[in-house]
Amino acid sequence: MKAEGIQAASWLLIALPLAGAAILLLGGRRTDKWGHLLGAAMPLGSFAVGLAAFFQMLGYSGNARIRHLHIYDYFVVGNFKVDMGLLIDPLSISFVLLITGVGSLIHIYSIGYMAHDPDRRRFFAYLNLFVAAMLLLVLADNYLGLYIGWEGVGLASYLLIGFWQYKPTAAVAAKKAFVVNRVGDFGLSVAILLMFATFGTVQFAGVYGGIGHASQGTVTAIGLLLLLGACGKSAQLPLQSWLLDAMEGPTPVSALIHAATMVTAGVYLIVRSNPIFNLSPDARLAVTVVGAATLLAGAIIGCAKDDIKKALAGSTMSQIGYMMLAAGLGKVGYVFAIAHLIAHGFFKAGMFLGAGSVMHAMKEDVNMRKYGALRTVMYITFGTFFLGYLAIIGFPGLSGFFTKDGIIETAFNKGGTSGAVLGTCAVLGAGITAFYMSRLMFMTFFGEKRWDDDVHPHESPLVMTIPLMLLAIGSVFAGGFLVLGGFADFLAPVVGAQEHKFHWVSVPGTVTLLLMFAGVALAWMQYGARPVPREAPRGSFLTVFARRDLYGDALNESLLMRPGQWATRLAVYFDTKGVDGLVNGLAAGVGGSSGRLRRVQTGFVRSYALSMFLGAALVVGALFLVRI
Amino acid sequence: MNYLILSAILFTIGAVGVLVRRNAIVVFMCVELMLNATNLAFVSFSHQHGNLDGQIIAFFVMVVAAAEVVVGLAIIMAIFRSRRSSSVDDANLLKY
Repeated sequence: MKAEGIQAASWLLIALPLAGAAILLLGGRRTDKWGHLLGAAMPLGSFAVGLAAFFQMLGYSGNARIRHLHIYDYFVVGNFKVDMGLLIDPLSISFVLLITGVGSLIHIYSIGYMAHDPDRRRFFAYLNLFVAAMLLLVLADNYLGLYIGWEGVGLASYLLIGFWQYKPTAAVAAKKAFVVNRVGDFGLSVAILLMFATFGTVQFAGVYGGIGHASQGTVTAIGLLLLLGACGKSAQLPLQSWLLDAMEGPTPVSALIHAATMVTAGVYLIVRSNPIFNLSPDARLAVTVVGAATLLAGAIIGCAKDDIKKALAGSTMSQIGYMMLAAGLGKVGYVFAIAHLIAHGFFKAGMFLGAGSVMHAMKEDVNMRKYGALRTVMYITFGTFFLGYLAIIGFPGLSGFFTKDGIIETAFNKGGTSGAVLGTCAVLGAGITAFYMSRLMFMTFFGEKRWDDDVHPHESPLVMTIPLMLLAIGSVFAGGFLVLGGFADFLAPVVGAQEHKFHWVSVPGTVTLLLMFAGVALAWMQYGARPVPREAPRGSFLTVFARRDLYGDALNESLLMRPGQWATRLAVYFDTKGVDGLVNGLAAGVGGSSGRLRRVQTGFVRSYALSMFLGAALVVGALFLVRI
Repeated sequence: MNYLILSAILFTIGAVGVLVRRNAIVVFMCVELMLNATNLAFVSFSHQHGNLDGQIIAFFVMVVAAAEVVVGLAIIMAIFRSRRSSSVDDANLLKY
């Protein structure tokens, strides 16, 4: 159905932040004074439009909640026609509210966080670009539009991770993120080409309408390629390596990447493409395996990091792994994937911004071994962080409890060996989550002071703490509100209706709870009850393993980089010796022989005359011969 | 027929002269000899076949030869003035 009323103006959602980015980038230094205010106002405006569209949607029922807004014909080539349009349905509006809501809070927080940075205007321009690209990604009604947003998100993340480009580490991290994402983008683009080859269209409606007639092999291939794309953006194994390095960007960027934009794109892609995955059990299994492996890998990495942001990054990897796992479980799983994504958006944004507030107080030091006892000086940061912490470890009654337990239960409900294995992974992951988050908590806010001498921590200004408080409220209530408040029915027009009842008490839930308390207790024994050394101990084999990101970089280096270097060297050798040798040899041959030949030009007129006579005689002789 | 043999002999003398003599004036005279040998051949062929084409061409050759003499002698004079020599082998700067 066509969009009406305020929904017909939902192009404003994308246009506002895009205009913000354009004004700030083109306006240059003239906009320095008020650039951050404009930058923060644009996503707020989008949020208002999104809210209005959301409430209008609530007025409809059933499939009438899916609305199309045609913007223009993107291009027409022969039979191939791409309409650029927006799709306003429960799934996209959920994302819109998360992106603009949490995104706006991050913008407001950045006003304070980047107050002393001379390039604050440029920072806000990139943030706006990021939000605009992400909104295009979730609102487009065809895969090509989604792909444009997808690439825009990649570009904006590159610009933001490398925002302090004068730091070589930041420049390298930005490049790494871009290159690793490219691998995933390749998968997505091939998937889109395959859709076009099979269905002759890239509109969601056309693809999902024709998917039933495609062969099983094609559907699985499309599903696996989409998964590759999702792995790149969502930092899932084996394309996870960029996420930890991406911490080089300013902290609000990390919050934006990890909570509202970027890494959620992969989950969105899988859930949006649910008609494809519903038809291919193999592709679904691949999604769950990737998710389960990543949730454990991320959790293990999070356990060993002393850098507060990297510990949180490991945790993001792990939580996104949960979402992918859920998305791969199909049907009920889609709902929990999105519910966990939204809940995670709140508490992870809150914790990242909290970490930024702590770093602000500690003179940009990120080493948790030099923190300790910060609860005594930063009440608001501590309080909001603590609520986020309770939410992520799944403390009963808070967000994570509802959404994560839902995922674990769905995994066990899958049945069979795979269900048991996936469920066990998810339960184990919850235990490890409790351990590493408690470790982070105890090292940062509890214990004795281990501060450097010249550090005098203080609470951050209100412009930074108010977003923290709002996000903390979200972290507490979002999960319960979604799971108990009928989010499954809300998403039903997109992912199909399903019966689901939330169990307050269940066997997996109880085991998870016990493991969670065990994790917290273990962390207390190691980091709460005992003093934390200021220098990192050498640690066991496992600790080193986790500190080095499970040797992911080393693996990439030995498997891809070194052979790649050898291949380029071989190509260069072949080029210089083979191709250049041939060409240069030919040129040298011509040059040498003509050098000999020019000796004929002696300058003696008589010898020229002789050759003329001989030539003439030859011609005459030849004529005679032919005639006879 | 005898005229043609005479023409061939004259032409050969001229050609050999061009090839073996170094003095530019002599070379020049040999070139004239070759031109006139061909003129003789043209005229005798014209007489033999009974049409005027050969005679007309002989006139053309004479005109061209006259023009050529003017230009050629001028060049030789110029070379002699600058080099104090009229040997064709001495004027060999234009080479590889």
